[in-house]
Amino acid sequence: MVTGELMSGAEIVLKALADHGVEHVFGYPGGAVLPIYDEIFQQDKVKHVLVRHEQGATHAAEGYARSTGKCGVVLVTSGPGATNAVTGLTDALLDSIPMVCLTGQVPTHLIGNDAFQECDTVGITRPCTKHNWLVKDVNDLARILHEAFYVATHGRPGPVVVDIPKDVQFAKGKYVGPKNIEHKTYRPQVKPNQDAIRAAVELISKAKRPLLYTGGGVINSGVIASKLLREFVKMTNIPITSTLMGLGAYPASGKNWLGMLGMHGTYEANMAMHDCDVMINVGARFDDRITGRLDAFSPGSKKIHIDIDPSSINKTVQVDIPVVGDVAHALEDIIRVWKAKSHELDKKALAAWWKEIDVWRAKDSLKYRANKDVIMPQYAIQRLYELTRDKEVYITTEVGQHQMWAAQFFKFEDPHHWMTSGGLGTMGYGLPAAVGVQMAHPKALVVDIAGDASVQMTMQEMSTAVQYRLPIKIFILNNQYMGMVRQWQQLLHGNRLSESYSESLPDFVKLAEAFGCVGLRAEKPAELDDRIREMIKTPHPVLFDCRVASLANCFPMIPSGKAHNEMLLGEDVSDEEVGTAIDAKGKELV
Amino acid sequence: MNAHQQPTGSAYFLDTSKKTVETHTLAVVADNEPGVLARIIGLFAGRGYNIDSLTVSETIHDKHVSRFTIVTTGTPSVLTQIRHQLERMVPVHSVADLTVQGNSIARELAMVKVAGGGEKRMEALRLADAFRARVIDASTDSFIFEITGKPDKVDQFISLMVPIGLVEVSRTGVAGISRGPEGMKV
Ligand SMILES: Cc1ncc(C[n+]2csc(CCOP(=O)(O)OP(=O)(O)O)c2C)c(N)n1
Ligand SMILES: [Mg+2]
Repeated sequence: MVTGELMSGAEIVLKALADHGVEHVFGYPGGAVLPIYDEIFQQDKVKHVLVRHEQGATHAAEGYARSTGKCGVVLVTSGPGATNAVTGLTDALLDSIPMVCLTGQVPTHLIGNDAFQECDTVGITRPCTKHNWLVKDVNDLARILHEAFYVATHGRPGPVVVDIPKDVQFAKGKYVGPKNIEHKTYRPQVKPNQDAIRAAVELISKAKRPLLYTGGGVINSGVIASKLLREFVKMTNIPITSTLMGLGAYPASGKNWLGMLGMHGTYEANMAMHDCDVMINVGARFDDRITGRLDAFSPGSKKIHIDIDPSSINKTVQVDIPVVGDVAHALEDIIRVWKAKSHELDKKALAAWWKEIDVWRAKDSLKYRANKDVIMPQYAIQRLYELTRDKEVYITTEVGQHQMWAAQFFKFEDPHHWMTSGGLGTMGYGLPAAVGVQMAHPKALVVDIAGDASVQMTMQEMSTAVQYRLPIKIFILNNQYMGMVRQWQQLLHGNRLSESYSESLPDFVKLAEAFGCVGLRAEKPAELDDRIREMIKTPHPVLFDCRVASLANCFPMIPSGKAHNEMLLGEDVSDEEVGTAIDAKGKELV
Repeated sequence: MNAHQQPTGSAYFLDTSKKTVETHTLAVVADNEPGVLARIIGLFAGRGYNIDSLTVSETIHDKHVSRFTIVTTGTPSVLTQIRHQLERMVPVHSVADLTVQGNSIARELAMVKVAGGGEKRMEALRLADAFRARVIDASTDSFIFEITGKPDKVDQFISLMVPIGLVEVSRTGVAGISRGPEGMKV
């Protein structure tokens, strides 16, 4: 297409998507996007994946983005199409996932008239996007689409919405290519300040009890960031922990790995956070699930914080050395300066620190009571891991206990292989996310570790999986409870299990069959391995009903109002202790 | 097990310590595109920040650039957060905390309607003169004064007009600018 040639708005949309290398769009049609769907029909560069609910499209795009490092793309109609996308947009905003969501809108002359399927899409999505646009003139469309991709993928990634009225999709306008298009003014800082780098290196070099606390920013920064992180750990022998979002950046088999930290993190990771003298936060944001009680958060440490978003710095925790910039750039600089100065850590101090850590490790905080008759949920994840470890496997999750057990017991060796809803905690994320991941990695084994309650939120996407022959595996840890809710009710509300029992669960095997998937069930530990093998072998989507102990609790746990060094460990908690774990001060909290 | 006797609790940590708040004036330069005001106001509302005063107008017409002056109250760390949160908005070019920079000027304009007769009328004119307020409308039993100055001067003038017969006030809110030769990044 020659620059300057007139095209319809709908053609411009498809042209822009193709020019940005978009191969898959997750969407759902409706009146206000029909011209775009008509264009989709008449080309074959961009493949459209028809979901069954717009929320599914957004999570599929998130899974796609997170597992590839590319931008996820969503297309939905006006009104209910746009409002159904809101949960996924918010999810992507909180977890910093790049996503471009195109929404249809009623024709410009009807905007504000309460027209059929009109809603104030830019108004509704303003607080749940990084930025959004309403396109009123077809001649702005190409530029705005390019800006949208630029904004979604640069700086701290996030979702954007481009709202396109139907008349703009029909109108003829000029297409300009994406070359050299950036945003007029938006220029996030990528390269860190070198004084900050030098100060950080200086501080690390003097540390006696250093600790790396890494997060989703390492994943977002790309595979190179994980490589540099591994190199730095190897050079310095510093222990490393990660948030839920950062798992896989450093391999779980690595000798410096302490496991995940935070509310359900390991004893050694949280104790090390509490007792370290230099904390190096790489691409994490001091989330409240990580810090626990703020006034007792790592009281003796100097803190370095590497983050691409300046607003993350000093938001909740005051740090000593802020480093604003992209993680890969910052790590590269740190490694370079470290080598140039031939720094070495105090070997004796570091050995003593490791000795302390080994004592904490010896507590084996993830241990649980094995059972011969009932499948323990932790055991199910362990078996799933062992039986799939020789494969290229991507894990997504829903939200609840199963999510935390997956994070604790599945061992992630590489970045981009773990997709979970961390910031928003969206039940229903995992199944559509698995659809998106499988679309991007057709040959890989993609498993959604699910809960019996969560899976019912977006289970219609099984139909999408069947339509596109995506052999995703939905592995339900069926405890017949909203387990995480039940656990909190036990801990915080006198074990009054208000509305947390999963009443009237569907027969998941029959449900699978109704959708044209394969249903499998395991009820006894003895049959688990065979069933899992069967699941892996099956070249179709599988819904796996794994019946697990219904009242198991997820430990370790930092109870509310408590510090990192006041964890509850599974083994030594009696029911009594569970009931009194939260002291009076903790209970006051709203 | 007597867990049922335990009162209820929460999983959030609440910080109850009291910190002193300060009032700062921020200047924000941003693209004058549709929704930019809603975006900025939405940020304050959504994150629970205060707006004491907000003024905005397009200041560079050919570039469609607007300048906001926002007066806000918060603890020092909240005020820093506000600045960072504003800075990361896509249409925002630059943000300056005029209070932190020091050496800045804040002005406000008010139109003050006063009604009454006799000695009160004379008193109103005398005070207006002292405050360099101008009469911009008059009838046999009312005046409208226009006054510009620092917000506290405007406050003071208005409070003096109350016993004389203050009817209503329209204020622009504060506009701020730093002294010296440098301007903000546009
Ligand atoms: C959309 C949504 N609604 C409500 C919640 C609150 N919530 C968190 S975990 C949970 C229960 C999840 O139950 P299930 O999927 O069975 O997982 P389990 O904890 O039993 O492993 C609920 C209701 C949520 N996170 N997301
Ligand atoms: Mg459950």
